[in-house]
Amino acid sequence: MPAINTKVALAAAMLTAFAAPAYAAKTLVYCSEGSPENFTPALNITGTSFDAARPVYNQLVEFERGTTNVVPALAESWTVSDDGKEITFKLRKGVKFHSGVNGFTPTRDFNADDVLFSFERQWKPENPYHKVTGGAYDYFNDMGMPGLLKSIDKVDDYTVKFVLTEPNAPMLANLAMDFATIMSKEYADFLLKKGAPEQLDQIPVGTGPFQFVTYQKDAVIRFKAFPAYFEGPAKIDNLVYAITPDPTARYAKLKKGECHVMIAPNPADIAGMKTDPAVNLLSQPGLNIAYWAFNVEKPPFDKKEVRQAFNLAIDKAAIIKDVYQGAGQAAVNPIPPTIWSYNTAVKDYAYDPEKAKAMLAAAGVKTPLDIDLWWMPVQRPYNPNAKRIAEMMQSDLSKLGINAKLVSYEWGEYRKRMQEGEHMTGQLGWTGDNGDPDNFFFLLGCPAARKGGQNLAKWCNKDFDALITKARTIADKDERTKLYEQAQVIFKEEAPWFTIAHSVVYEPTRKEVVDYKVSPFGRHEFYGVDLK
Amino acid sequence: MLKLFLRRVALTLPTFVALMFVTFVAVRLVPGDPIEVRTGERGISPERLAQFRHELGLDRPIWQQFLDYANGLLHGDFGVSIVTKTPVLNEFLILFPATLELAFCALVFAIVLGIPAGVLAAVKRGSIFDHTVMTAALAGYSMPIFWWGLLLIMFMSEYLGLTPVSGRMDLINYYFEPVTGFMLIDSLLSDQEGAFGAAVAHLILPSIVLGTIPLAVIARMTRSSMLEVLGEDYVRTARAKGLSPLRVVGLHALRNALIPVVTVIGLQTGTLLAGAVLTETIFAWPGVGKWLIESISRRDYPALQGGIMLISGIVILVNLIVDLLYVAINPRIRHGG
Repeated sequence: MPAINTKVALAAAMLTAFAAPAYAAKTLVYCSEGSPENFTPALNITGTSFDAARPVYNQLVEFERGTTNVVPALAESWTVSDDGKEITFKLRKGVKFHSGVNGFTPTRDFNADDVLFSFERQWKPENPYHKVTGGAYDYFNDMGMPGLLKSIDKVDDYTVKFVLTEPNAPMLANLAMDFATIMSKEYADFLLKKGAPEQLDQIPVGTGPFQFVTYQKDAVIRFKAFPAYFEGPAKIDNLVYAITPDPTARYAKLKKGECHVMIAPNPADIAGMKTDPAVNLLSQPGLNIAYWAFNVEKPPFDKKEVRQAFNLAIDKAAIIKDVYQGAGQAAVNPIPPTIWSYNTAVKDYAYDPEKAKAMLAAAGVKTPLDIDLWWMPVQRPYNPNAKRIAEMMQSDLSKLGINAKLVSYEWGEYRKRMQEGEHMTGQLGWTGDNGDPDNFFFLLGCPAARKGGQNLAKWCNKDFDALITKARTIADKDERTKLYEQAQVIFKEEAPWFTIAHSVVYEPTRKEVVDYKVSPFGRHEFYGVDLK
Repeated sequence: MLKLFLRRVALTLPTFVALMFVTFVAVRLVPGDPIEVRTGERGISPERLAQFRHELGLDRPIWQQFLDYANGLLHGDFGVSIVTKTPVLNEFLILFPATLELAFCALVFAIVLGIPAGVLAAVKRGSIFDHTVMTAALAGYSMPIFWWGLLLIMFMSEYLGLTPVSGRMDLINYYFEPVTGFMLIDSLLSDQEGAFGAAVAHLILPSIVLGTIPLAVIARMTRSSMLEVLGEDYVRTARAKGLSPLRVVGLHALRNALIPVVTVIGLQTGTLLAGAVLTETIFAWPGVGKWLIESISRRDYPALQGGIMLISGIVILVNLIVDLLYVAINPRIRHGG
């Protein structure tokens, strides 16, 4: 063995001499799932792409690691005007951009120009970068930013003011999302001069805890710790993403020590991981919900009693056990328990087919009753097998004399037809974007109940809608919480959905990984993580 | 010979045109377009959908899209990936060396084991060895690649700890930039001690998995071809002359028996590239197979079309070379045709 050790030492010594990262140092390998589309979060929509850019970048405000709390980042502090229409950010001074990446050496620290550039690229067609790399900016548009923003003004080099068209409490949480990443204007100008603007999205330069080193498509992404990071250098020296698409292979790599953290284990492997001495299995309920919506525009679902009876008719525990296989938690409210304002006092409908039958009869529903039951043709983070769930529901309903016809379409078509309200009942779900309750409740609001809108129950309850509309405009969290708690009571009573489940996210890490935190957003973050 | 060469080349042209047409139509028959597929629960507004379709040229008549595509191909332009916005040819050239390296090693594995196994099985016809080889070949031929790959990872990497699980390089201990894209060469160029060994170690399992079906086919083909040749008059004559069995089998019989085997090896190129799709996914091998699978799920039309054209082009080219090789080792074809 000594001979081998000498070789290893020699190789390590040579590496320190020649290569950029020093491998005698701490290297953390993360087994990720796939290649990023590029390294600019504003252009992307997948967790894989966001994870790949996150080590390099910061936002004005950020989600505290492992939580949905919004905390200061590039902005030191902020104030909201009394009418709620202006948010003024004080920017942090002395924040450095990465130096030496792609031949770029910054000559100045981060300032207001970078903030303006990052948002104007997505917002203003006249920005020279607006059309670069396709320029879709899905999240900027989906979060309604063009309608919400009146202007973004530079007050001075370290003060930026966001002027809104209406008071909007979730705005701050929006700005912590990946699309609101702050990029270097100086680097962008440098690339324009060089005639290679597309490199802004391929070779990232940011203020984040890790500096980009290299990316080989479908193989590996490498980062090294940025020594001048404004919150202090990372505890690990090198961060490597080993792109490994197969979950079984990922687990094998984790066991062998070829990676330290892995994404998305096979549900079938979870039990083994729990007893594996090399593995620390972390878990957290996902920021999502799977639901079964009853279209209130189609009788008999216009009657509250019928919707309640359907809630009583389905054996939810069996679905959780069979379909989620331990990676799911029965849903009671339309928001997951990890989101603030979750009302723990609300009780779910118990499985009681006899009572359901009686309620249906009392509501004047004649059996046999023919309904349709839509299931989406794809696996989603909140629903591993919509077809199987539909079949289980179908069987439960048949006991009540209800014939549910199973219906499905290609994913795009499915979504479109459901939003048009063609279904009687159908499954879908939602994954939270920013941890704000409004990001879930809007799905049940009156504006979304229009034809083509995202309220798939087409349920418009004036009391409920008044509560969530008011909550959206108040800044005070306690007050908002009270309103959302009331809204959840109305929701459960009115039963526009059968709430199916929140999936549980599992993150296996090796025992030597210290301080890794599971993100409710399904993010993977390595600043603050150490190796024993 | 030149005439024959030109005729064969001319015959490949209609194949290319048909291929171009079929790939273009086939990728569009898959339901869902590239924009709708990337949209989540939120859906997309009709205005934005129309705008993106316009930007990608998907709103133009289908024949016009085809003509543009064909025109681009004639000028060597394979288009730009919808997902990454980089030229399809660039992506292909970055990923193809990995596939080529793997396919080459798998083929070497299949030939080195397959031909001797087939010859021995033929010579010892009816023996236990023969039956074992043929049963193993049948099993190998019907082996589901995904299952076989995972089984090998569990046994060789996890249980015995002999080989790395997946990837092309030990990422914790080595780091060098790719020069040629072939890890075996790049690791030597990197001058880092142990890097070449790590590259070889990473190639073992995927090569076995990808080489299993070709190995089975080659072994069976060699055996049956050998059996046929061993019954020929000239072999009997060679034996009667008193030549050593090794000389009879190795020189007289094998040389003639190899002709159909070479054709079969050529035909395996297609199998290798098809098998690469699964092998690359299991072993996180950054090649074109995995890239194509992802392009299908993302409805990345240009990447899919370009990738299929490039790969088919290679298969056609290899078959052409095999045809010509066949002529070179079998004079009868040369004279007859």
